[in-house]
Amino acid sequence: MKHIKTINKANLKQSAEKGGCGKCQASCQSACKTSCTVANQKCERDA
Amino acid sequence: MIHKFKQNGMYILLDVNSGGVHIIDELTYDLLDYVSDPPAEECPQAAIEALSGKYPAADLRECYAELYSLYKDKILFSEDDYEKYALSAVASPVKAMCLLIAQDCNLRCEYCFAGKGDYGKGRTLMDFETGKKAIDFLIQKSANRRNLELDFFGGEPLMNFNVVKQIVEYAREQEKLHDKNFRFTITTNGTLLSDDKIEFINKEMYNVVLSVDGRKCVNDRMRKRVDGKGSYDLFMPKFKKLVEKRGDKEYYVRGTYTKYNMDFTEDILSLYDEGFDQISIEPVMADPNEPYALTAADLPRIFEEYEKLSDKIKEIRANGKFINFFHFMLDLDQGPCAIKRLRGCGCGNEYVAISPDGDIYPCHQFVGIDEYKMGSLNDGTFDTEMKMDFARAHVYSKPECRKCWAKFYCSGGCNANNYIYAGDIHNAYKLSCDIEKKRLECAIALKAEKLLDTAE
Repeated sequence: MKHIKTINKANLKQSAEKGGCGKCQASCQSACKTSCTVANQKCERDA
Repeated sequence: MIHKFKQNGMYILLDVNSGGVHIIDELTYDLLDYVSDPPAEECPQAAIEALSGKYPAADLRECYAELYSLYKDKILFSEDDYEKYALSAVASPVKAMCLLIAQDCNLRCEYCFAGKGDYGKGRTLMDFETGKKAIDFLIQKSANRRNLELDFFGGEPLMNFNVVKQIVEYAREQEKLHDKNFRFTITTNGTLLSDDKIEFINKEMYNVVLSVDGRKCVNDRMRKRVDGKGSYDLFMPKFKKLVEKRGDKEYYVRGTYTKYNMDFTEDILSLYDEGFDQISIEPVMADPNEPYALTAADLPRIFEEYEKLSDKIKEIRANGKFINFFHFMLDLDQGPCAIKRLRGCGCGNEYVAISPDGDIYPCHQFVGIDEYKMGSLNDGTFDTEMKMDFARAHVYSKPECRKCWAKFYCSGGCNANNYIYAGDIHNAYKLSCDIEKKRLECAIALKAEKLLDTAE
């Protein structure tokens, strides 16, 4: 495309279909303790 | 829903519901002001009329066709169909716990949310019996969750380190019996660290959070000893030793910035220069009447600083060096699933905090707020109604979040801050939201720049 470059897989919807296993870390435990950034957590589904 | 913004000299377009990130040109950026959601098949006449002075009509139509094709591919103006997941997934097991192992602290930090360590409830230490009950409770409530997290928090947990050791030993025995995997973390001000404590922490703790605000002058202004002197010189050599001996295991140096250091990039660089490369520095959450509190008037300055930080991080990485700033971490492809993103930290539902006397609260920030006491380990009570209220506190039950482009990144923000500063766990605490959104824009832009070279 000339005007637009898509740079990622845009796969959030697919993640919902296979998601919700709950193996991942509770976000507040990692390094914040006062605010919330969930999108920086790792998916641990296959871990 | 889309969000477009300019950052690091790029025009960036986020498709909120698919998570798609697109780098666009200025023409597309301008044209988007005239595109409806969902878009019509033909380029709107209003767009041609408004923009044809700046761009040739043929280019506008060409660009519109690209936008429309992305819409057809469901990576632009994609539909929001996640609410069904929010409504169904409510009865979660408890998998994470914060233990207030010491409701006491040997520092007197000015901004402490925990009432200088005692949570407004008097200075006490947790005993081993309560710690044991907490482990049993977590195992019992965790159902089929295997990875269980336990954070030793305070106050200052090193003031009660023998009990920390006893609890770890007990949990290690129990995890074998129940097929669980405990991941311990500890959050410490470091002043009481010794060689044997460092050794134990590095062996047993999955993550360590080391509290420090950055430059010595900044740290010592807020993080004071009981006698009023600064704490920096007391902990810094110990933090360095701990990290040096930690190898590849996770840690963060974590600090707070206030109105006194809105030039916090300098604090992050100071920590980096001291040898730390995993860094989290966050805005203070405080009563607006406190002299150090951040207010809406400070936002332009804070935004400018995040941009400066973003440039500095790029510079460091361009020189082949590593630095990780917690709030710019983002994986645009393999991050947490959409279901995780609906409810954020999971406090009061998947995550609880235990006070030294065995009371259960939704998280460490709620400890001491009587109306949020969920139960007690001593009498076996656990308010499942309240648990359900927290389970239902997702981005679709929070009116501001529902319409916000950042909802799948911050997941509804911190429920405790929402309650304390905006009156209800469902209300957005706007100051915190505005800062979070700026951090996300910086984070997406940093990632986008890196991915741009490999984009189709």
